[in-house]
Amino acid sequence: MIPGRFQSVVEMAYEFIAGLIRDNAGKEGLRFFPLIFTLFMFILMGNMLGLIPTGFTFTSHIIVTFAMALTVWLLITILGFVIHGAHFLHFFVPSGAPKAMLPLLVPIEILSYCVRPISLSVRLFVNMMAGHTMLKVFAGFITALGIFGFAPLAVTVALFGFEIAVAFLQAYIFTVLTCIYLHDAIHMH
Amino acid sequence: MDLAAAKMIGAGLATIALFGVGIGIGNIFATLIATVGRNPSVQQRVFPFAIIGFALVEAVALFALLIAFLILFT
Repeated sequence: MIPGRFQSVVEMAYEFIAGLIRDNAGKEGLRFFPLIFTLFMFILMGNMLGLIPTGFTFTSHIIVTFAMALTVWLLITILGFVIHGAHFLHFFVPSGAPKAMLPLLVPIEILSYCVRPISLSVRLFVNMMAGHTMLKVFAGFITALGIFGFAPLAVTVALFGFEIAVAFLQAYIFTVLTCIYLHDAIHMH
Repeated sequence: MDLAAAKMIGAGLATIALFGVGIGIGNIFATLIATVGRNPSVQQRVFPFAIIGFALVEAVALFALLIAFLILFT
């Protein structure tokens, strides 16, 4: 059975995400394939739909990205405790650190762990908001300059292509970081 | 000093962070070019890491932009 075009695209997406999870979270991470695939497609479509003229980018609202990042982070923390029990707290003690440095290192490790949902959500939110705002600003210059409007037009076209690349990239980055955090929770080092 | 004036100055100061971001992005792609120059067969494997690194450094730039907007508009 040779896959038709639509089937091929769906299979490529499946293989892409499955390869991503296998590389970054290991074979046990494949249990979470539905979540990671949904996350990737949701963010990708959210980013891309805003690029259609008069479209709305729902990922450019902090509450949407924060809800996703918080869900992912809570899932991974609870998963770590479920799999490893109280031993999961050893995750914050980097191996090979001298004992005298621990009172300094452990709070820093805990703080950098708790910053993860904030950094995940703000990265996606600001990329989308700033990118689309820049597009609107340059597009506004086109009519404002009159006869010389071809310069902002060229910049807007280039920026539009760049924004499409950023849409893919940000969805990929969110998903890859989720897989890496999953690897931390499952394998703990 | 006027609150609106102080907000403008604060937002301008917040963009000083982009100095470090420029260095970071230049560093990533300089290393990428040097690595591919030494060993062209490794390009397929190294390029995804370069793109991930670029996106993470870009995120820091946008954190600074977020602070500037927060100062300006709230």
